[in-house]
Amino acid sequence: MAGAKNHDYHILDPDIWPLVGALSGLTFTSGMVLFMHEMTGGHLVLGLGLAGLIAAFFGWFSKVVNEAQRGDHTPVVQLHMRYGMILFIASEVMFFVGWFWSWFDFALFPAPLEVVDGVTFNRLGQDGAAALQQFPAKGIEVLDAFDLPLLNTLILLCSGTTVTWAHHSLIHGDREGLKKGLWLTVLLGALFTCIQAYEYGHAPFAFGQNTYGSAFYMATGFHGFHVLVGTIFLIVCLVRAYKGHFTPKQHFGFEAAAWYWHFVDVVWLFLFVVVYVWGGWGAPIH
Amino acid sequence: MATTAEGFDAHHEDHAHHDADHKPGFFARWFMSTNHKDIGTLYLIFAIIAGVIGGGISGLMRWELAEPGLQVMGQVVEFLGGEGTFDQQGHMWNVLITAHGLIMVFFMVMPAMIGGFGNWFVPLMIGAPDMAFPRMNNISFWLTVAGFLSLMFSAFVPGGVGPGAGVGWTVYAPLSTYGAQGPAVDFAIFSLHLAGAGSILGATNFITTIFNMRAPGMTLHKMPLFVWSVLVTAFLLLLALPVLAAAITMLLTDRNFGTTFFDPAGGGDPILYQHLFWFFGHPEVYIMILPGFGMISQIVATFSRKPVFGYLGMAYAMVAIGVVGFIVWAHHMYTVGLDVNTKMYFTAATMVIAVPTGIKIFSWIATMWGGSIEFKSPMVWALGFIFLFTVGGVTGVVLANGGVDDNLHDTYYVVAHFHYVLSLGAVTAMFAGWYYWFPKMFGRWHSEFLAHLQFWIFFVGVNMIFFPMHFLGLQGMARRYPDYTPAFEQWNHIASLGYVVTLVSVAVFFINIVYAFVAGRKPEGNYWGEGATTLEWSLSSPPPFHQFETLPVIQDHHSSDDHISPAPAKG
Ligand code: HEM
Ligand SMILES: [Cu+2]
Repeated sequence: MAGAKNHDYHILDPDIWPLVGALSGLTFTSGMVLFMHEMTGGHLVLGLGLAGLIAAFFGWFSKVVNEAQRGDHTPVVQLHMRYGMILFIASEVMFFVGWFWSWFDFALFPAPLEVVDGVTFNRLGQDGAAALQQFPAKGIEVLDAFDLPLLNTLILLCSGTTVTWAHHSLIHGDREGLKKGLWLTVLLGALFTCIQAYEYGHAPFAFGQNTYGSAFYMATGFHGFHVLVGTIFLIVCLVRAYKGHFTPKQHFGFEAAAWYWHFVDVVWLFLFVVVYVWGGWGAPIH
Repeated sequence: MATTAEGFDAHHEDHAHHDADHKPGFFARWFMSTNHKDIGTLYLIFAIIAGVIGGGISGLMRWELAEPGLQVMGQVVEFLGGEGTFDQQGHMWNVLITAHGLIMVFFMVMPAMIGGFGNWFVPLMIGAPDMAFPRMNNISFWLTVAGFLSLMFSAFVPGGVGPGAGVGWTVYAPLSTYGAQGPAVDFAIFSLHLAGAGSILGATNFITTIFNMRAPGMTLHKMPLFVWSVLVTAFLLLLALPVLAAAITMLLTDRNFGTTFFDPAGGGDPILYQHLFWFFGHPEVYIMILPGFGMISQIVATFSRKPVFGYLGMAYAMVAIGVVGFIVWAHHMYTVGLDVNTKMYFTAATMVIAVPTGIKIFSWIATMWGGSIEFKSPMVWALGFIFLFTVGGVTGVVLANGGVDDNLHDTYYVVAHFHYVLSLGAVTAMFAGWYYWFPKMFGRWHSEFLAHLQFWIFFVGVNMIFFPMHFLGLQGMARRYPDYTPAFEQWNHIASLGYVVTLVSVAVFFINIVYAFVAGRKPEGNYWGEGATTLEWSLSSPPPFHQFETLPVIQDHHSSDDHISPAPAKG
């Protein structure tokens, strides 16, 4: 509040977006349930929820950006945001721990599965079951890790360097370099997503049906979703760069996007090693 | 934005106090809040409502269990429009125990402890004007409400043989996957997603606030123990909840999209769900008790007029509990077929947790030792806590033995254990905190007489409910069934009577609130006197809408002292 405040913390006025965001979240999840059970109104409720969520994110972050431009983000408030972002990423890491946990469970303690013409059978208790205890299951063809996945690895690593280029340009007051670096990063991110979509479209194993098809798609799928979010985050920074936001000293919005991007990158490295290379080891390649 | 800014400019020349107390209009204040105290109040009100619903459900449960045979479930099913078949009655029972567990854990204890008391008192105790992220604070609250609504929706849609999710608060597969058709379980799962997201954001907020917003001079080692407790709790939330989110997302995709994480037909593993759940679940039980530990430390020190004994030991005992809490989860799974070495490891690790827990109990006692104890109502509740929690801790150590637990798992002995630490531990701590801070929060005195009265009725009631459950468990009565053999009748009958006694104490609680707002005196800033030394006591009761507009400075007067007294604010 103006006037009496003698400290650098950020005291905010009341705001409607948190309420809108939470209720949209509820609308979205309820729409999901209706949709999953093919009940009436599913699409409508889902769409409404999604629209509300997008509006809430947009409205909320617009305000934060405006506050930043207005100079409300004192050094201590910027420090808050650093902490907040690191902690958020830490919780995201734990989310992926869950998916990796399931992967290791299935890979290290495989069930005696056999996939015949795309149909999975569990041969537990039948003759020859012991010989079938392998992962991926007999009958599953995997993607060649050293084909497109390796290319995707290089793309993400490359995008890590371009985002660093953008950062250094920003620190040295070189706005053109910032824009170029960000453009490249966004394009590399988009390229990654396209390649990933192409791979999903051509993968020799289906979504679900057995542990490999479940854990593979859910782990890489959630990663892909994070790439998408990270790309949007970077696009926002790009737009802000064009608008003349960010100074060499103060640009946490950019740094947060870069941290997030590195996090997404590191998760991919783990996925590449654990899921694509180690996870598919010994299985016939498509 | 511009208009509000102008609005405040109009007050620019006013007296500082007036400005600090300027409150927004009703809708803006309660639905768009960015004020930690208002959000704390919202959480407390929400928790009380959820507690009444969850407690009402346990009334139906105790009514059903008062006698052997099925008597109440049929009526409930028919009341809700079902035919009342045997299966429907069983399902209704499952729905009730599920709702009871989920509501009490996620929508009563957590919102009250962390959302309510944490929001109110962490900023006050560290001398901060608000939380680090006031807007995010608000969405944490509304996401909790959204989660609760999702759980309520689940009660009205099909979930198997009847409406509602009847899968237990642990939502074990395969009961929760192909064992429960219909959208109810999906609504319940999303309820946890929503509430969990709110808690993760809240945890981020608390950690940032505590690390960055302590008043000048307040080092981590001078921070009040309640703040320490919330700090550790927030880390547990931050790291444990996402794993639950992953696990229940797997449930969702198994249910609806054909994955086989927990379905052996596709090579999946139902035990994997238990691992993921309890990796979250055990830290979760400490999430529910640690803030209580913190409050008890403040209260015991205040009413013994002594700084708490072994301050650093108390703080790091909580840190130790938090860390070790992540590596003991499989003590909930001794009977799933773990191999003997694994069981041995988890037995040993679980027992290790009893050590820091013991440090806490002994330090509370040592704090009282030689102190000039005043038996004000919060102190009486705190003493009740120490006693009841210790009983629960001791049965926990019994259950920690993998071999013993083979017999006791899923019996009423376990139910007795966790109700001693939760309903009699965490809830008692919450009432202690409530009476400690009620006048501070609401600017009215409750009746000390009624608060004492409530304690004694509550103490008798809850012990009547839960102590006999130890005997029932040792005799082999299994949990989660609505019926039992007549051999168990007597103790069950007593437990159900105990529920009625407890209900009376709840009535006294509400009467006390009404009394306070109708006839309560106005409290001073520090109404507990010289034993109350933390920063919230340097403020008026209730504190101004925005406190600490000039930050307090913590003096370093006794170098090795955890005893904090505010310096007179300069200016
Ligand atoms: C001395 C510390 C403790 C030890 C050694 C301990 C040990 C255990 C063990 C071994 C079980 C599993 C019993 C079974 O299912 O067969 C258990 C269950 C449980 N404990 Fe504790 N416990 C301790 C403290 C606590 C605390 C502080 C809380 C919460 C405030 C708590 C809440 C629970 C709950 C909720 C369950 C049952 C969960 C369920 O199956 O639904 N415990 N405890
Ligand atoms: Cu446990």
